[in-house]
Amino acid sequence: MTRDEKTYKVQSGSAPVGGRTEGTYKAQSERAAAAGVEQGRETHPKRQRTKMVAPPNNYLVPERDALKTPVLECRHLGIDFGGLKAVEDLNLMVGKTEIAGLIGPNGAGKTTVFNLLTKVYQPTRGTILLDGVDTAGMDTARVSREGIARTFQNIRLFDSLTVEDNVKIGLHNQVDCGMWSGIFRMPRYWLSEKEFHDRALELLDVFNMADNANDIAGSLPYGAQRRLEIVRALATGPKLLLLDEPAAGMNPVETEELMDNIVKIRDDFQIAVLLIEHDMDLVMGICEGIVVLNFGKVIAKGTPEEIQANPQVVEAYLGKQD
Amino acid sequence: MDRLKNLSKASRDTLITYAIVIVAFVIMQALASMHAISSSMIGLLVPITAYICLSISLNLVVGISGELSLGHAGFMSVGAFTGLVAAQVLAPAITSGPVRLLVAMLIAGCFAALAGVLVGIPVMRLQGDYLAIVTLAFGEIIKNLLNNLYVGYDGSLHFSMKDTASLGMNGGKVLINGPQGAVGIEKLSSFIAGFLLVLFTLFVVTNLVNSRSGRAIMAVRDNRIAAESVGIDTTKYRLMAFVVAAALAGMAGALYAMNFSSIVPKKFDFNTSILILVFVVLGGMGNIRGGIISAALLTILPEKLRFIGDFRMLIYAIVLIAVMLFSNNAQVRMAIDGLRGRLSRKDDDEALGDAIEGGDAQ
Repeated sequence: MTRDEKTYKVQSGSAPVGGRTEGTYKAQSERAAAAGVEQGRETHPKRQRTKMVAPPNNYLVPERDALKTPVLECRHLGIDFGGLKAVEDLNLMVGKTEIAGLIGPNGAGKTTVFNLLTKVYQPTRGTILLDGVDTAGMDTARVSREGIARTFQNIRLFDSLTVEDNVKIGLHNQVDCGMWSGIFRMPRYWLSEKEFHDRALELLDVFNMADNANDIAGSLPYGAQRRLEIVRALATGPKLLLLDEPAAGMNPVETEELMDNIVKIRDDFQIAVLLIEHDMDLVMGICEGIVVLNFGKVIAKGTPEEIQANPQVVEAYLGKQD
Repeated sequence: MDRLKNLSKASRDTLITYAIVIVAFVIMQALASMHAISSSMIGLLVPITAYICLSISLNLVVGISGELSLGHAGFMSVGAFTGLVAAQVLAPAITSGPVRLLVAMLIAGCFAALAGVLVGIPVMRLQGDYLAIVTLAFGEIIKNLLNNLYVGYDGSLHFSMKDTASLGMNGGKVLINGPQGAVGIEKLSSFIAGFLLVLFTLFVVTNLVNSRSGRAIMAVRDNRIAAESVGIDTTKYRLMAFVVAAALAGMAGALYAMNFSSIVPKKFDFNTSILILVFVVLGGMGNIRGGIISAALLTILPEKLRFIGDFRMLIYAIVLIAVMLFSNNAQVRMAIDGLRGRLSRKDDDEALGDAIEGGDAQ
């Protein structure tokens, strides 16, 4: 049984939930009935009073973010490819400054979730709220402007351009300079170019890549390309950073460094991070909340400790243990 | 020299291109004034500058934006004929030839840009091969429309798609006569005007490429999905490259048309589009300087090969194939790179320390 279902069972089973107790409901109904009699109307004796309970709330966010608008909230999110339900009834909340993990066996639908969040695919069902704003009907570029940035599982850099230009393209919507100012080199152009240059180098400094600013992006080593993708994503000024297997192809030392950097990014920029990763050291090391996906469905949510102890998760990854 | 080295690679490249264009202009101008070149060559000077402009502008679409467009001559013809009409209509108002040419070219650019927007909106829904075929079709449509267009001027403009009789003119002059095109064109174009247009085209394209918009255009070319993911409106920037290129092609078309006494719409057919594309591909897609050089050489080559008569186009084709093969051969490239490396090392002998330290001293 999943954690969600457990909670639900407990809530709908019998006992008092949240602040509302059965007693309160009863007291309220008695009072209402009394009022009805007083006004000369008779309350229908056979109508049963509905029992009200708080709906099962299966969201988890860090305590420090509990009272802030969550940066991401997915409600009953789903997408079908033909008859295949690639993602089904995904409920997810990511707190304002949370580092969250999305894990699951191969083909579980993790990258599909990222593609839904960034509107590469339009969801078949459900709602995505980004910082409280419904993203229905937006396209990929618009969602980026609203504050979701991402990296890709198979690196997608602007290969023929320099490292600095890659970051400047990330800054596209942060600094303005129209076509005419650009062509005729108006003062606006020189101001904006200076800002582009300074901010690009500042961002590259986060990963100590300022020395590579003039290198061609496609010629960088694999690990550096992954880091550059993160820098480019950060340049868009996101509220939520989606990292698709950031540690893929990295050695343990590089992974360790990456973990420090992800935490540093969260602390410095005060943004939320949602990452897909197969490297369990990284996931268990830095993720605060973890969601486990299998066959497009959430099978568990919780802290790293809870997830590690969860029999369903173990079964999804290792098969049934006898 | 030191300051030159400190410039970014892109701006150094641009400066070298400007220098080549200016030096070539000065040399040709000097040779022409000394009567050191044949009259047939002098007749080619303006078409060469027009083709250079077309090559630079098509490079913006094919090389920088990464879309294969096969209808560039269509925008050239829109510019050519609107430019001709504008020059005739403005004749009483503006007596100075060069000023009239300038105004006519600007009007031509505007109309070609308008055609670019109209064609671009449906075309930008497509990609790759499909886009190429649709631009080809639009090029043909523009040519056929102009083939059936009659324009007369008798104080006011008259248009017809049937024949000259249906223009309903009181005297005046027929400016565009359907498939017979325009005749009795006032020759306003000059080599200097062509040279200035090349500089202007170069200015617009290189500045656009090295700006925020240009980076966005190249980002879409390199990786469309990534460009969208960082919030770039891909359609907008592809359309921007397409329309700017169309406007510049229109201006070049006006320059080209006003170099001849008569011009027919058939001149701007598929073959011309392909010819411009050959300039771009031969010069290296995205390499503006290469495109300029190949446009100049490939316009001169058939003229120089005239002495071998019928074999002319055969040799032309063989030269094309040979250049393409050689320039795309990895071993030839390595040999050239090696040679270049050895040459530049000699230059840098004194600045050896610099080269070891500096990452961008390439």
